[in-house]
Amino acid sequence: MTTAEMLELDRLREEVAQWRARFDAAKKRNALFANSGDVVDPVYTALDIAGDGSALELPGEYPFTRGIHATGYRGKLWTMRQFAGFGTAPETNARYKYLLSHGQTGLSVAFDFPTLMGYDSDHPRSEGEVGKCGVAISSLADMETLFEGIPLDKVSTSMTINGPAVILFAFYVAAAEKQGVDIKELRGTIQNDILKEYMAQHAWVYPIEPALRLIVDNFAWSAEHVPLWNTISISGYHIREAGATAAQELAFTLADGFTYVERGLARGLDVDDFAPRLSFFWDIHNDFFEEIAKLRAARRIWARHLKERFGAKDPRSLIMRFHSQTAGVTLTAQQPMNNVVRVAYQAMAAVLGGTQSLHTNSMDETLALPTEQAVQVALRTQQVLAYETGVPNVADPLGGSYYVEALTDKLEQEAEALFEQIAEVGGVVHGLETGWLQRKIAESSSRQQWEIEQHRRTIVGVNEFVTEEGELTIPLLKVSEAAEREQRARMAQMRASRDNGLVESRLTALREASRTDTNLMPFILDCARAYCTLYEIRAAMEEVFGAYREPVFF
Amino acid sequence: MRPIRVLVAKPGLDGHDRGAKVVAAALRDAGMEVIYTGLHQTPEMIATAAIQEDVDVVGLSILSGAHMTLIPRVLDLLRADGRDDILVTGGGIIPREDMDALEARGTGRLFGPGTPTSELVDYIHDWFEARESQTA
Repeated sequence: MTTAEMLELDRLREEVAQWRARFDAAKKRNALFANSGDVVDPVYTALDIAGDGSALELPGEYPFTRGIHATGYRGKLWTMRQFAGFGTAPETNARYKYLLSHGQTGLSVAFDFPTLMGYDSDHPRSEGEVGKCGVAISSLADMETLFEGIPLDKVSTSMTINGPAVILFAFYVAAAEKQGVDIKELRGTIQNDILKEYMAQHAWVYPIEPALRLIVDNFAWSAEHVPLWNTISISGYHIREAGATAAQELAFTLADGFTYVERGLARGLDVDDFAPRLSFFWDIHNDFFEEIAKLRAARRIWARHLKERFGAKDPRSLIMRFHSQTAGVTLTAQQPMNNVVRVAYQAMAAVLGGTQSLHTNSMDETLALPTEQAVQVALRTQQVLAYETGVPNVADPLGGSYYVEALTDKLEQEAEALFEQIAEVGGVVHGLETGWLQRKIAESSSRQQWEIEQHRRTIVGVNEFVTEEGELTIPLLKVSEAAEREQRARMAQMRASRDNGLVESRLTALREASRTDTNLMPFILDCARAYCTLYEIRAAMEEVFGAYREPVFF
Repeated sequence: MRPIRVLVAKPGLDGHDRGAKVVAAALRDAGMEVIYTGLHQTPEMIATAAIQEDVDVVGLSILSGAHMTLIPRVLDLLRADGRDDILVTGGGIIPREDMDALEARGTGRLFGPGTPTSELVDYIHDWFEARESQTA
């Protein structure tokens, strides 16, 4: 810093001190001026970012604080990707065709709880849950129906599946083969992030170590056979929804990401062979600037760690590509139309933060799965943002804002401090086994609930601005009870028509391979091609791997 | 008066336990004895735990849409064991008309998103006092 610059900073320091005295003397509202972590200052100046020129690189340049593309959104808009699925495969297939015809540019599959947990629709534990929160997919036959008439080399598909992710992925690959598509052309993502399942979302199947083995098996297999496929979507979304602060979401998710990299390296993979296919998924909550800063900090931290700690050389290993979803937990059942406004602000934060794809929630999701009309408003919210507001015209338009830059730096520092704490408790896997990570999230969740109940944090329509005269009602989607019956009938037909001798031999081969160190993906894919069901494949490996048991506490 | 014993339970396959944990902690802070089952419980597991632990209240948290199947089953299992003195209450993502149907079937009040925990505490206290005064 030159002498002139130092004198200029001294002058500014003096001005800010005078301003501070006036501020302190002034009358102020009694409200919580805080983001999810800390109280924020009433104004930010050059003093808050002094000495740190690192944020001022250009978009598309290391460490990518300002975005991964030099062209911002002028090269390509974000993908508008609405998460959808309910009832049976034919019903969801119709919803996908509707969404694609309304200008949606990618598909995103929501599975029902039995599928998420690896149970077939005709398993006793599935009763009452089939098709309720997503679509029921129990075998290749259902996956073929789900994408009937949708060429899999022409769409990109995201699948939110974790515990049994590799099995559903095998169904998808087998369905593409049946369509006659070259699987090298497949584009999309499986969530497949098991660490955050233990931490927050809780759709697990196997214990941690065998679950991580399956993930690394898939990294290795996919790098060779489906090179354009994102093998994992390392997710902060569920961690935040479970109650974490923005800094915790950032740090715990990145720590999960580093753990996957370490496991890939331990397998003997080259970091540049699998890191380019790692993608991320963030929750976009209410605090507008904090969310933007979180996304900027996330890109910077990932790039720095991949380069400096893991020695990645391919620029594609350093760039963090991510999907975003507006925060479901911020939606209110009270005055549900207000949710349209919340979602619009959150969507704008996601775009100002440089997201690659976006799901906007529907206004009715605290009450039921969304109706077609509600989904359309949510999609139109993205289209208004993309085509009317002018927001996508300029890359990282908030870059250089004192507040946003200071907040980006602060979140980066908080994340680094949390990485140290995680290392002190023995790393992510050990932190999950002892429940340390889960407790951190639960503590934040309880604090936020306390703030709301104490009226320290305002939720419009819930703890302030409450409408007494009757609830405002909006139409709700009802998933018919017939879905479960129809799905069971389809399963019975499929079980009767397949080659059951082949099913048995493929399952036996998978079970035996599970006892060795061999890559299990080819065995799982062979099971999928033979119409082995989800639960049959799950159970074959479970005999060897066992089941996960959660540490129960509150 | 002895502390009220509550079993907070997560029936079915859904993994959303934020609400269950917040409620469990709030009831404990209000002086109740709270047992939390953990996730992925069958109605049989919940009814058995309620009887073995001799609770006064079962609080079911369900966000998966399977409430019309799972909640009545817990009620029926408790009744089959002669334990219709246990209050079955709960909450989650449950449309109003389903709440009405379940309450008509014999559950206590069911609560939707955004309910202050103080409301649950008051409700359980009031119910418990009413039950104790009847049996006294």
